Amino acid sequence: MAEVPAIELKNITKTFGETIANKDICLEVRRGEILSILGENGSGKTTLMNMISGIYYPDHGQIFIDGKEVEIKSPKDAYDYKIGMIHQHFKLVDIFTATENIVLGLEDEGRYNLKKSAAKVKEIADLYGFVLDPNKKIYDMSVSEKQTVEIIKVLYRGADILILDEPTAVLTPQETQRLFAVLRRMKEDGKSIIIITHKLNEVMEISDRVSVLRKGEYIGTVSTSETDESALTEMMVGKKIELNIDRSEPHDTADRLIVAGLNCTNRENVKVLDNVSFTAKSGEILGIAGIAGSGQRELLEAIAGLQRLDGGSIIYNNPKTEMQEDLRNKTPIQIRELGVRLSFVPEDRLGMGLVGNMDLTDNMMLRSYRKGKSAFVERGKPKALAEQIVEELEVVTPSVSTPVRKLSGGNVQKVLVGREIASSPTVLMAAYPVRGLDINSSYLIYNLLNQQKEKGVAVIFVGEDLDVLIALCDRIVVLSSGKVTGIVDARKTTKEEVGLLMTKTFEEGGKD
Amino acid sequence: MTMLVQFIQRAVMQGVPLLFGSTGEILTEKSGHLNLGIPGIMYVGAISGVIGSFFYEEKVGAANINPFLAVIIPLLTSMLGSLIMGLIYCFLTVSLRANQNVTGLALTTFGVGFGNFFGGSLIKISGSSMPAITLSATSKCFKTTLPFANSLGVIGKLLFSYSFLAYVAIVVALIAGYILNHTRTGLHLRAVGENPATADAAGINVNRYKYVTTCIGSVIAGLGGLYYVMDYASGIWSNGGFGDRGWLAVAIVIFAIWRPNIAILASILFGGLFIIYNYVSIPGMGIEAQELFKMLPYLVTLIVLIITSMREKRESQPPQSLGLSYFREDR
Amino acid sequence: MLGFHIVKRKNMEWWKAWLVRIGSILLGALVCAAVTVFLTGKDPVNVFTTMVDGAFGTERRIWSLLQGIAMLLCVSLAVTPAFKMRFWNIGAEGQALMGGLASAACMMFIGDRFPNWLMLIVMAVTSMLAGAIWAVIPAIFKARWNTNETLFTLMMNYIAIQFVSYFICVYATGGSGKIDVINPVTHTGWLPAIGGKSYLLNIIIVLILTVIMYIYLKYSKQGYEIAVVGESENTAKYIGINVPKVIIRTMIISGLLCGIAGFLLVSGADHTISRDTIAGRGFTAIMVSWLAKFNPVVMILTSFLLVFFEKGSIEVSQLCGLNASFSDIITGIIIFFIIGSEFFINYQIKKNEKEVKAS
Repeated sequence: MAEVPAIELKNITKTFGETIANKDICLEVRRGEILSILGENGSGKTTLMNMISGIYYPDHGQIFIDGKEVEIKSPKDAYDYKIGMIHQHFKLVDIFTATENIVLGLEDEGRYNLKKSAAKVKEIADLYGFVLDPNKKIYDMSVSEKQTVEIIKVLYRGADILILDEPTAVLTPQETQRLFAVLRRMKEDGKSIIIITHKLNEVMEISDRVSVLRKGEYIGTVSTSETDESALTEMMVGKKIELNIDRSEPHDTADRLIVAGLNCTNRENVKVLDNVSFTAKSGEILGIAGIAGSGQRELLEAIAGLQRLDGGSIIYNNPKTEMQEDLRNKTPIQIRELGVRLSFVPEDRLGMGLVGNMDLTDNMMLRSYRKGKSAFVERGKPKALAEQIVEELEVVTPSVSTPVRKLSGGNVQKVLVGREIASSPTVLMAAYPVRGLDINSSYLIYNLLNQQKEKGVAVIFVGEDLDVLIALCDRIVVLSSGKVTGIVDARKTTKEEVGLLMTKTFEEGGKD
Repeated sequence: MTMLVQFIQRAVMQGVPLLFGSTGEILTEKSGHLNLGIPGIMYVGAISGVIGSFFYEEKVGAANINPFLAVIIPLLTSMLGSLIMGLIYCFLTVSLRANQNVTGLALTTFGVGFGNFFGGSLIKISGSSMPAITLSATSKCFKTTLPFANSLGVIGKLLFSYSFLAYVAIVVALIAGYILNHTRTGLHLRAVGENPATADAAGINVNRYKYVTTCIGSVIAGLGGLYYVMDYASGIWSNGGFGDRGWLAVAIVIFAIWRPNIAILASILFGGLFIIYNYVSIPGMGIEAQELFKMLPYLVTLIVLIITSMREKRESQPPQSLGLSYFREDR
Repeated sequence: MLGFHIVKRKNMEWWKAWLVRIGSILLGALVCAAVTVFLTGKDPVNVFTTMVDGAFGTERRIWSLLQGIAMLLCVSLAVTPAFKMRFWNIGAEGQALMGGLASAACMMFIGDRFPNWLMLIVMAVTSMLAGAIWAVIPAIFKARWNTNETLFTLMMNYIAIQFVSYFICVYATGGSGKIDVINPVTHTGWLPAIGGKSYLLNIIIVLILTVIMYIYLKYSKQGYEIAVVGESENTAKYIGINVPKVIIRTMIISGLLCGIAGFLLVSGADHTISRDTIAGRGFTAIMVSWLAKFNPVVMILTSFLLVFFEKGSIEVSQLCGLNASFSDIITGIIIFFIIGSEFFINYQIKKNEKEVKAS
């Protein structure tokens, strides 16, 4: 057991502004093993790996490669230590071929000869069982092919340590199996592989050991052979935390939004919503759980009129007129003109929900500026609204004429949620409304959502913290890879049940 | 026939400054920088050469100049002048991440002003009665052509009758095309212009590539100015004489869909379009039609721009990060 | 290894930002002074007083300064809504020139049909239309096919210039190759002088336009939409703004204003048309607008700054027997410094915390 680890991290800490992304993390990776880094969204997995691959530089701590302390200041340094990372967002030049992307950045290869390089690419691909045309342009490739290019790029540079960030997030089950077969072959070849993931079944299937991170902190490392999914879930999500969220019993519920058979394909031709159906009722909070990128964003955007759908219907029951309206493929303006009072707190607060360079008053106007026939905007009411929100939600800001980008994350969110609630909606959708917020701000948001529920609003809450989802919501829809894998009663379910539904995949064609 | 030969000859001579300018701009744009300072840089390239040769001629007397020095001195001063312009642009847009359009336009204001200012001052020093500086002796050295050119008939006239800088322009464009498409440096450069974050992640020093190519591009473009004044204008500098050729060079970059090899032909074509009004007469239209003909290069460029944007062919698009500055920690 | 790295500043107090900007202008002025002293041998104080004298020395100079500011400001106002929307309209030169051409054509061909007041209105309207047409073409292609607007508008400039050249060739006065002052006797289509001050009306019109543009951008619903589209297209879609429509509408406004600039230059100052009627203001305006952070009122200051340096350095160059292009050099240097200063407002240079160890 005295084997020197391939990589050892000691007390790595990294902060971004006021948020601590990683705190005193210690970790080791051995030769010829597959290590999973497991953690929920925002637990600091990617940040940690970015420090090994030279994208970020740690504030404190040491990195040892084969027992020697090293400094990794750039991706090039990382390659020199035979470390290669495959990012979740591929770093490829679209108009280049696979080979051109693979040899990009290599200086010490002798004469530039793409044909020779292409042959070497083919050789590597054959060695590990990849299927790849070295001369295909990236823009003609599927996601899985692009991933192959990224992996070969790293192997081409002679990497012995491969880091894969959520490699299966974009793959079909069959592609995932193919990837795992390749990874196993690399492991047999003596390479160390780190997989960042939050899919438990995959962790169990592929890795030798698992290191768990939670909220930027290191929790522990276990061998896969000595653990099971529920033990890992507990490490990942922590002990069930008793949250003091006052959940009232829903009363006078009525079907407000009936979503049926939604299908949506993204630009990469991947099905992001697959026959999604559920009903949101007035006077209850409907939670939507799922790992990141399971279709939550597309679902909410489809309802808000920002996403074109291939099929399905979104029926809105208007409580005033008792008319039914189909919102599918309508623009936001058309939806509003139908008398639908829909509010939406998007995930991207400063990139979509608010304009960072505008002050609070002007951000209030985003929703209301069209009102009235005048050619001019009326800032009186928005200003009053801004002041009201600042006071009621205790927004910390010098004044209502401060650009919102200067506020802290929690205050930005209060402004956004405050505005969306102010238009007295009948449907309120909130995507990750407490992400990055401190405890007090988070509770404030929970209370606001509860108030809306009691007022009879149909609240749709997309969350990532299972404790919160279970304590706050009435029912929870669980999404996995764009499909609904279950709709559970939040009062009766457990974290484990939801966690397993989140990672459940429909095995089309079954395992090999 | 002789008229056609003469037309092609003139078209090539018009095309050479454009080719220098567009080759320089293609390299710059490939690194992701839209340098609207090219017209100014070409002015500076021209006047810096003029300054060098002016003082050399003053010093030794126009009759006694050494042909080699008479060429090499303006060549070096011209390159130095445009290099400094390139450095100013790089410092502002790469190091200080300033807006490229504003910086480029300011550079053009500055460069054109610089050219006309020193041109005017030299005219004053030379005590010339005309509003121009004449450097015929130096120009003669620049215009040395191959001795056998005229003995080869039409072919000789069409292919070999130009001065050395014209061949330099073509060779430079060919080399630039080769480097861009067939060397590792070219691959890295294109990656920087397409997707600097990817290039950065691949270990390419993005800022160094931007600096080096933009500066080389400036020097090449500056040579276009030098060719214009020393060869095309027979060594006569007059203020504003260079005109809007710099913008035409920017247009050729689009027309040539960012390929130096196509730029060679495009430059000659544009050179021809630029002077075609001298050679055609449409019945029923007088001399004024010339002005409409002068519109052609720009119109043709627009059409190419529109068609490429409609066809969405990935290879014919401008470099993807053109005009954007890069900061690694932007997330 | 370099011992520093660059980080984005979160915020800088507005007064600090302005101190940086003013400091950069002073630094630029200092460099200009050094250049001038080097070229003329005069002492810097003398140079400066000459500049002030060149700009404010006589009543005529003050009027010429004001007229220069007004015209530059007018074109700058025109490009501002487009820039605020992040649409790089560098075609103001061509748009204004087409406006000027329309005015000149009206003066030449229909000059005797209407009373002068009606004539002026007709001219203004046709000029605005001409400018708007020239501006909306690239906007349509941008909105529909995302055609690069910087290159498109740039090309449109030269097409406009050739158009004007053609016009001049056809209607040149005698064999002069240019068009002489139009209607020199009847003054048809000339903006009237107020109280004997021929530029006063120009200046008043531009001031009114400045106020209107300020109000439009700051208080109108359309101005608000422009700001949202410019800041974040995603947000614009989120709240249901039709982005292509806003792009086209805003460029029409930009073109209308360019048309007015052309009209004022032809009808209110030159009374003729030439290739150089706009005199590069279409390009300088971009710098004016950008330096003022797209605020029309601040643009009065920035265009004053540029015109002052221009007029002042022309005076210096005349007195010292230098070429008039001297002023372009000075303008260029000043702008370089202001552009450069933005970096220090937006970024911060920090020393690396960790010592680099020798391994």
